[in-house]
Amino acid sequence: MSRVLEVRGLAKAFGGVRAVRGVDLDLQAGEMLALIGPNGAGKSTCFNLINGQLQPDNGSVRFLGRDVVGLPPRRIWRLGVGRTFQVAATFASMSARENVQMAFLSHHRRLRRLVGYAGDAYKQEACDLLERVEMRALADRAAGVLAYGDVKRLELAMALAHGPRLLLMDEPTAGMAPQERRSLMTLTSEIVRKEGIAVLFTEHDMDAVFSHADRIAVLDRGEKIADGRPEEVRRDSRVQASYLGSFGAQS
Amino acid sequence: MTRISWCNAAAVAAAILVSSGAALAQAEEPIRLGEFNSYTGFAAFTLPYRDGWTLALEEINEAGGVLGRPLEVISRDDGASPAAAIAVANELVTREGVDILFGTLLSNVGVAVSDFARQRKVLFLAAEPLTDTLAWSHGNDYTFRLRPGTYVQAAMLAEEAAKIEDAVRWVTIAPNYEYGQAAVAAFKELLKEKRPDVEFVGEQWPGQGQIDAGAAVQALEAANPDAIFNVTFSSDLARFVREGEVRGLFEGRTVASLLSGEPEWIDPLGAEAPEGWIVTGYPWYAIDTPEHDSFLKKYQERFDDYPRLGSLVGYIALHSIALAMEEAGTTEVEAVIESLRGLTVESPIGPVTYREIDQQSDMGAFVGRLTVQEGMPRMVDWRFAPGSEYLPDDERVRELQGSD
Amino acid sequence: MDLLLQQLLTGVASASGLFLVASGLTIIFGVTRIVNFAHGSLYMLGAYLAVSLIDLFGGGHLGFWGGVILAMLAVGLIGALFEITVLRRIYQAPELFQLLATFGLVLVVQDVTLLIWGPQDLLGPRAPGLTGATQIFGLRVPVYDLFLIAFAPLVLLVLWLLFNRTRWGILIRAATQDQQMVTALGVNQKWLFTGVFFLGAALAGLGGAIQLPKGDANLHMDLQLIAAVFVVVVVGGMGSILGAYLAALLISLIRVLLITNAQLTFGGIAAWQMELVSMFLVMALVLIARPWGLLGRREVASDQRSGTPEPRLRPADATLRIAGGLLLVVLLGLPWIVGSYFLSVATEALIFVLFAASLQFLMGVGGIISFGHAAYFGLGAYGVGLAVRHWGMSMEVALLAAPLLAGVGALVFGWFCVRLSGVYLAMLTLAFAQIAWSIAFQWIDLTGGDNGIIGIWPPDWASSVTNFYYLAGAICVIGLLCLRHLAFSPFGYTLRAGRDSPLRADALGIDVRQHRWFAFVLAGVFAGIAGGLFAYLKGSVSPETLSISLSIDALVMVLLGGVQTLTGPIFGGALYSVLKNELISLTNYWRSILGLIIVLLVVLFPQGLAGAAESLRGRLGTSR
Repeated sequence: MSRVLEVRGLAKAFGGVRAVRGVDLDLQAGEMLALIGPNGAGKSTCFNLINGQLQPDNGSVRFLGRDVVGLPPRRIWRLGVGRTFQVAATFASMSARENVQMAFLSHHRRLRRLVGYAGDAYKQEACDLLERVEMRALADRAAGVLAYGDVKRLELAMALAHGPRLLLMDEPTAGMAPQERRSLMTLTSEIVRKEGIAVLFTEHDMDAVFSHADRIAVLDRGEKIADGRPEEVRRDSRVQASYLGSFGAQS
Repeated sequence: MTRISWCNAAAVAAAILVSSGAALAQAEEPIRLGEFNSYTGFAAFTLPYRDGWTLALEEINEAGGVLGRPLEVISRDDGASPAAAIAVANELVTREGVDILFGTLLSNVGVAVSDFARQRKVLFLAAEPLTDTLAWSHGNDYTFRLRPGTYVQAAMLAEEAAKIEDAVRWVTIAPNYEYGQAAVAAFKELLKEKRPDVEFVGEQWPGQGQIDAGAAVQALEAANPDAIFNVTFSSDLARFVREGEVRGLFEGRTVASLLSGEPEWIDPLGAEAPEGWIVTGYPWYAIDTPEHDSFLKKYQERFDDYPRLGSLVGYIALHSIALAMEEAGTTEVEAVIESLRGLTVESPIGPVTYREIDQQSDMGAFVGRLTVQEGMPRMVDWRFAPGSEYLPDDERVRELQGSD
Repeated sequence: MDLLLQQLLTGVASASGLFLVASGLTIIFGVTRIVNFAHGSLYMLGAYLAVSLIDLFGGGHLGFWGGVILAMLAVGLIGALFEITVLRRIYQAPELFQLLATFGLVLVVQDVTLLIWGPQDLLGPRAPGLTGATQIFGLRVPVYDLFLIAFAPLVLLVLWLLFNRTRWGILIRAATQDQQMVTALGVNQKWLFTGVFFLGAALAGLGGAIQLPKGDANLHMDLQLIAAVFVVVVVGGMGSILGAYLAALLISLIRVLLITNAQLTFGGIAAWQMELVSMFLVMALVLIARPWGLLGRREVASDQRSGTPEPRLRPADATLRIAGGLLLVVLLGLPWIVGSYFLSVATEALIFVLFAASLQFLMGVGGIISFGHAAYFGLGAYGVGLAVRHWGMSMEVALLAAPLLAGVGALVFGWFCVRLSGVYLAMLTLAFAQIAWSIAFQWIDLTGGDNGIIGIWPPDWASSVTNFYYLAGAICVIGLLCLRHLAFSPFGYTLRAGRDSPLRADALGIDVRQHRWFAFVLAGVFAGIAGGLFAYLKGSVSPETLSISLSIDALVMVLLGGVQTLTGPIFGGALYSVLKNELISLTNYWRSILGLIIVLLVVLFPQGLAGAAESLRGRLGTSR
C-alpha cells in the first residue's frame, strides 16, 4: 500500500502555549486513522495544521510525497484532500444536489464560466453521488433546511465529488443521535474502503472510533503518546493512565 | 400597469394643485412659465427669491397680465443637483409644455440647465447662479443671466481694495470649487492691475460647508498678512468670523468679502457681524429712491418680511421676462429671446439691461462697509456700483467665449 | 514650535467635537449592528433644539448648560422613540435593511427642521464664561477650545465607567459579543436596544449642541457631518469608543496639518486639494493595514450569517416568464401608452434599475455590501464625458468608454476591497467612491470640476425621446438579462457559495477572494453602462454622479426591492426613481413624503417589495 499522508515533527505554539509538539503521523491508502485525546490535547490544532487552515511553526506535512505546508486550504483540496467540518458547512441557499454540483464544478475547474446554467452542470453525476450517500430523495431540498445527519452526508458527498485520496473528517458524528452516527460511520467506511481513500478523523465517540478505525493515534498535551491498532491502544498503559481511565467504563 | 395608472393619478393631482393655485378667473388662456430653484436644498436664499417673483407675478396680473393674458408660473424644486434639475426642466418643458424657464441658484445646476436649454431650444433666464461660465465659456443663445457674476463682484471689491494704501500683503480664503476659484483669480488679477506692489502670501480653500475654521484662521494668521479676501459664505462664514474674532485675525487688517453684505448671508450673524469689512451686498434699509421705496413697501406689506437680495433677483427676473414678451408681441421663444437681447428693464435699483454680446445683465451691486446697528448687520458708506462699469468689454468677452 | 503647539490644540479641539458624535454612532453599531444614517440628523436636531432652549432660558450659565442638557435628552428620546416605533419591528429583517428606515428618517427630519426653524442659519449662542481667548506660551487660544479638549476625554471616561462599572453597561457589552447569550440570561433585549439607542442619540444631540459656540445650526449640517463620523467610527474600529477618540484625533490632526501647509504640493497636488479627501485616504490606508480598524475586534470568523438564510434562487417559472414577457410588451408599447414626459421618466427608471441590479448582483449574489457603488456609475458617466469632451467621440464609441473606465476603476478598487468583509468592506468602497469624487471635483482641467462636462447629447438618430428610450431601454434590458443569467451561471453559483459559507467554499478549492474581485469588476461594468446612458440622458456629467447620496440611492433601491431577489432591483429601482421624479415636481415637501413612504414600506414589507410579492404569490398558490 502506498503512503498518502506523512506528518513529521509537527509543532505549533499559541503565545506561550505549545499546542502541538512534534507529532508524527502516517496514513496509507484505504486506511482509517482516528486522532483522539482529551479536550485540549491538540487534536483540532493538528487537524487544522494538516488541512492548511493554520501554519505550523515546525515540521512537515507531505501529501502523496508533496510538501503542502504553506498552501491555503483550497490548494490542498486541489491536490486531492477532501474534508468535512465539525459544524457541518454547506451552501444553505442551494439544494443538496446543487451543493454537490458546486463540488463538481470546482473539480472540473468550471467556476468562472459566465455562460450556461450551473443547475444543469454535472446533474447526473451529482444525483449518482447523492444516491451513494443515500440522499437521492432529498436532492431538491435546500441544504439550509436539511436534518443535521443529512447535512453530514451531504458534506461527505461533496468531499467525494473531487475523488479525494485523503479525507479529513473533524468530529464527523458530533451532534448526531447514536443511530445516525452508526449509519454514517458505516457508510463512510464502506465507501472509503471501496475507493481506497485514506481517512484521518477526530472523534469523541469512542464507539465510532473503536469500531471503524484501523489505527488510532492518541494525543495528550500536544504530544502523541500512542499510535497503533485499536486493541494495542486500548492496552497501552500510558493511554490508560492519561486518558482511557475515563472512558474505559463507557466502552 | 400599476406604474402607469399611478403616474396618471399623480399627473391629475399635479394638475389640480397647479390650477387651484393660479388665477384662472380671466377668460384668456394664461401664459405659462416654468420656474425652479433649490427651495429645499438652499431655502435661506431661495424662499425670499420666490417671494420676489411672486410679488412681480401679482403686480403683472393685476395690471392686466402680458399681451392681455394672465401670467402663470409653474414652480418646482430643482433638487439642488444638476441631474434632478434636468429632470425637472424636462418635466416643465415636456409635460407642462412651457418653453420659457427661469430660476436656479447653484452654478453647476445653472450650467447643466443652460445646456439643456440650448439642446431643447427653450429660453432660460439663469436668475441667481454666480458662475461666469454661463455668460462666457459655456454661454449660448438660449441662456441669459441676471445676477452680477463672480467677476463683476470681485472687480468691485478689487477697486475698493486698491484704494487702501497699506494693504500690500494679501491672503485669500474661498470655497474649493469653481465659484471660489474664479472669484480669487479675478480679484488677484484685477487688484494686481491696479496695484502692482501687492503680493498674495497665502490661501485657504475649505470645502463648502466643511470649513475647519480654527485651523484656517491660524494658517492665515501665520502668513502675517495686511489684508484678507474672503469668499466663504453661509455657515462657513459664521465659523470663520467667530474663530477670526476670537483669535484676533481681523485686528488692524483690511478684509474684503464677497457677497457678505447680502442679508441672506450676513443677517444670521446678527450683532456678531464683523465691522469694517468691505463687502458687496444689498442695503435694502438705506436705499432712498422712489423705485426702491415702492418695492420695499409692497414687499413688506405682502410678506411681512424684509427683502433679501434674492427677493430683488426674483422680482427683476419675472419682470424681465414679462417685458420681453410684451415687447416681442408674442410668446414665441425665438422672438422673446430676440427681444430680451438688449432689453432694458426698470428695476427697484435702476435700469437693468441684458447685453447683446453675452446675454448677461448689467445689474449692479452695492459696495460698502459692514457695521452693526441695533444688533443687526448694516452696510454703511455704500455706493451703488453699476454692472456696466465692471463687465469686461466686447473684445475680452469674445476671447472668453472662445475658451472652454 | 509655537505654531506646532497651536496646531495641535486646534486639532484636538476639532477632534473632540467629532468624537462626541462618533461615540454615539459606534455604540449603536456595536450593540445593534444597525448602520444609522440618521445619526447626522440627530446631531442637527441637537443643535436646533439647543438654540431654541437656550433662547427660551435666556442665556446665563444655567440657561446655556440647561439648554444643552435638555436638548441632549430630547434627542435621546427622539432616538428611542424611533427605535421603539420603527426599528423594533424590523430587527429580524435581512442584514442592513434597518439602514433604509434610518435613511427615511433623514429625509423626514430635513423637512421637519425647515418647517419648525425656518430656512435661515441660526447662529449658535456662546457659552457664558467660555468666550474669548487666553494666552498660553504667548499664543492666543480660544477658551472654548480648551473646554472641548478637556470635555471629550471626560465623556470618554464617563462612557468607560458606564460600560465597565454598571450592570447595564456590562449587559450591553455582553450583548455586543453574543446577543443570544444575553437573551438566554433573561435580559429583555428589546429595552437594552432602546436604551442603547437613547444613549447613542443623546450623544449625537450633545455633539450638535456643544458645537454651537463655534458655529451655528443649519439645514446642511446633517449630511455634512455624517460621512466624517462614519469614517471616525470605522477607523477606530466599530464598537470601540476609545478607538473612535483616537481616530478622531488622527483625522483632525492630519487635516490641520494639510490646512496649515495648504500651498505645499506633492506631485502636482496641493495640500488643500487633499484636505477633504484626506480622511477617506486615512480610512483606506488604515483598513488596508488593519481590516478591523485601529481598536476593532476581528469579527469572530463564524460561518453563521446573521438574519434569515438567503432564499434559494430559482430559474424563472411559467408565471415569472409570463410576467416578464408582459412587462417587455408594455415596455415596447410604452411610447404609444404614455406621453413623452413619462417616457423620459421611464428611461431614467430603466437606467436606475440596471444600476440597482448591478449592486444587487454584488450584494445579493456575492454577499459584498457596497456603500460606494456610485463610483462605478460615475466613472461610467465620466468615461462618456471625457470621451466626448477630450476626443470628440460619437455616442456609439463613447458608450463603450463607460464600462471600460468603470471596469478599470472596479478592478483597482475591488482588489483592495475584497480583502475586507462586512461593513468594513462597505466603508472601504465608500472611501474609494469619495476618492473618485474628489478627483472629479478637483481635477478641473480634466473633468471641469464642480460644473462638470456639458454638451453630451445623443446624435440625431437617437435624440428623440422615443428613440433614446428604445436605445437605453434595450441596453438596460439586455444588461438586466445578463445579470440575471450570471446569477445562475457557474460563476454566479460560485459567488453564492462564497457568500453562504466561505469556509466550505475554501475547502472545495474555491478562491473566494478572487471570485469576489471578479464580481466587483462585473458589477462595476454594468453600473458603468448605466452611468454612461445617464450622461446622455442628462446631457451632462457632474461630480454628483459619484456622490455619496447616489450611492445611498442605489442602496435604497436594492433594499427597497429586496436584496435577496433578482427581481428586487426592478421593483426598487423603478419605484424609487419614478417616485422621486414625480414627488419632486408635485411638492416642495417631497423629501418628507419620500421618507415616510420608505419608512412605511420598510415596516410593511421587511423582505422588500419583490420578497413581499413572492410571498403573496406563495400564499395565493397554496390557497388555490
